[in-house]
Amino acid sequence: MRVLLQNLTKKFPNRNKKAKEDVVAVNDFTFEIPDGKLVGLLGPSGCGKSTTLNLICGLQKPTSGKIYFGEDDVTNLPPENRGVGLVFQNYALYPHLTVKQNILFPLQNLRGKAKLSKEVMLRKAYDIAKLVQIDELMDRKPSELSGGQQQRVAIARALVKMPRVLLLDEPLSNLDARLRLQTREEIKRIQGETGITTVFVTHDQEEAMSISDLIVVMKDGVVQQIGAPQDVYDSPVNLFVAKFLGTPPISVFKGTVKDGNLYVGSDLIGKTDMATDISKDVFVGIRPEGFVLKDGGALCCKLERVEVMGRDISVVSTHEASVNPTIRSIISSDNKVDFGQAEVRFDLKPNKVFVFDADTEERIACTIE
Amino acid sequence: MEKNNLKAWLYLLPAILFLGLFMVYPLVDVIIYSFEEGYNSASQSDLGTGLYNFQYVLRDPYFLQALKNTFLLVIITVPLSTGIALLISLGLSSIKWLRNLFQTVYFLPYVTNTLAVGLVFMVLFKKTAYSDGLVNMLINWFGGESVDFIDGPYWAKMMVLCIYTIWVVMPFKILILTSALASVKQDYYNAAKIDGTPRLRVFTRITLPMISPMLFYLIITGFIGAFKAYSDSVALFGTDLNAAGMNTIVGYVYDMLYGDSGGYPSYASAAAIILFVIILTITCINLLVSRKHVHYS
Repeated sequence: MRVLLQNLTKKFPNRNKKAKEDVVAVNDFTFEIPDGKLVGLLGPSGCGKSTTLNLICGLQKPTSGKIYFGEDDVTNLPPENRGVGLVFQNYALYPHLTVKQNILFPLQNLRGKAKLSKEVMLRKAYDIAKLVQIDELMDRKPSELSGGQQQRVAIARALVKMPRVLLLDEPLSNLDARLRLQTREEIKRIQGETGITTVFVTHDQEEAMSISDLIVVMKDGVVQQIGAPQDVYDSPVNLFVAKFLGTPPISVFKGTVKDGNLYVGSDLIGKTDMATDISKDVFVGIRPEGFVLKDGGALCCKLERVEVMGRDISVVSTHEASVNPTIRSIISSDNKVDFGQAEVRFDLKPNKVFVFDADTEERIACTIE
Repeated sequence: MEKNNLKAWLYLLPAILFLGLFMVYPLVDVIIYSFEEGYNSASQSDLGTGLYNFQYVLRDPYFLQALKNTFLLVIITVPLSTGIALLISLGLSSIKWLRNLFQTVYFLPYVTNTLAVGLVFMVLFKKTAYSDGLVNMLINWFGGESVDFIDGPYWAKMMVLCIYTIWVVMPFKILILTSALASVKQDYYNAAKIDGTPRLRVFTRITLPMISPMLFYLIITGFIGAFKAYSDSVALFGTDLNAAGMNTIVGYVYDMLYGDSGGYPSYASAAAIILFVIILTITCINLLVSRKHVHYS
């Protein structure tokens, strides 16, 4: 089911009564989610991503804007008539019901024409349980399950009535690191097998990048960028998006553009295709994998320490123009780093270097040689 | 080990002494008295042991009247007060406006003295030289005949007693139930809403099980409290409850000890033991029933 959000805005009255302005949780959100895709809503806490989810499922009403499922305008429909399945952050499994009863619960609500016979309900419940691989646990209570198993039950409960849209609110945040890795594969697999359009909310960029077909990066209720994870990573539209995506995070430097040349501090790191008469302050962002260790390289940093992580080496250094206290660069472990050195020099991969306007923090499109 | 045992007993001593002196000893004593015929506390003598006290009490029409009154009171007031309290709590938790005001109003009877409440009921129900009471005025207004609620027919007196009891126990139940309802997480209701759960089903399948431990607590303490009722009856009908035919079991025990016809500790003990057995049985039944229907998370 294609989901269309049109100029969606949600305002809340300000708690602080002296401030008359409303708090804008979601601001003019327009986005079309293609049918059968897995979309990640990504942003720091308080950016409005959960509110967006609540708007889609109908628990909250938008202040303005429209929501379409396919051709249907569902903006004013109550949640039960939208055909959505929602997995809560804390799962919200009914603690007094068994797994089976929890999964059956949405089916037993069906009335009138949609009413199902007991056998059909049970078959559906078992089918969905098999899909999420909990069919062995049907007679247990939620308290007797591990976090990952509870998560699966919650997904099964949301899926059992075959919703048009599946929504997941921070689906992995209550799981430990190992389980998180496993469960996110699982979510991807389940989504792939059912083909249900799925929207999930997360503040963990790695989670969003790894399984989403599309990611939506939000900040303060405003959509920053929408695109395939790799595209957003490779060409962020502004400094916020560049900083938010990627681990280790991008290194940001104060730099200047002068006569078409790009300087980081006093280091000339390359030529740009900008007009030679432009002279301005910029931020220069360099992805950790954009550093290439090279004697006589353009960027000269003070070596702090080297962390060996098996597959690659993480070089921690400082630079006087760096915005962050340290610069972290990832290089292949084939390279040998001389720990005794006080200085380390890097060449930069041009496609891993981004230039941002110092005032607006918007990306300045330019190629660097 | 030995040394530690000694220490442990030493630490336990204050509690054991206190409980033994004020709880176990009197309980055992009451059981003994109940089997001693014609026990006299002044001379510390009795006429022999046996089941005579129980026979006497169970044949005493005053006791049978008290037993009947108590059972009626329990059967009528416990379900009604709990049910009404649940309805009011549900109402309270679904309104936002003036909620605190209503909560305070409903809690007022709890902090009001029993006898003061009795006075209010007098105004409502008692016939005096000047008026027939507020309720009778209402009945007259609708064209009915005045009823003497305090000295009149049995059903009228029983009704007043039940209304009074319900009114007195309600605030505490409302307090407990509103907090129990508030502790049910909104997520459960949201989940149910998204699944299109009808309201009645939300109530029976989600709300009720979630507050069942508190509800069960109220029912158990409600039963025990109603079985031990006495002061409510006194507040309405005065101290000579046998004459009014509105005595309760605890009232009977008191009368047997200190009342005008008192001075019979053996009969009082036997009646107290009978009450104890009744409460124990009912509580055990409650516990058995609750196993199936109460969900502790």
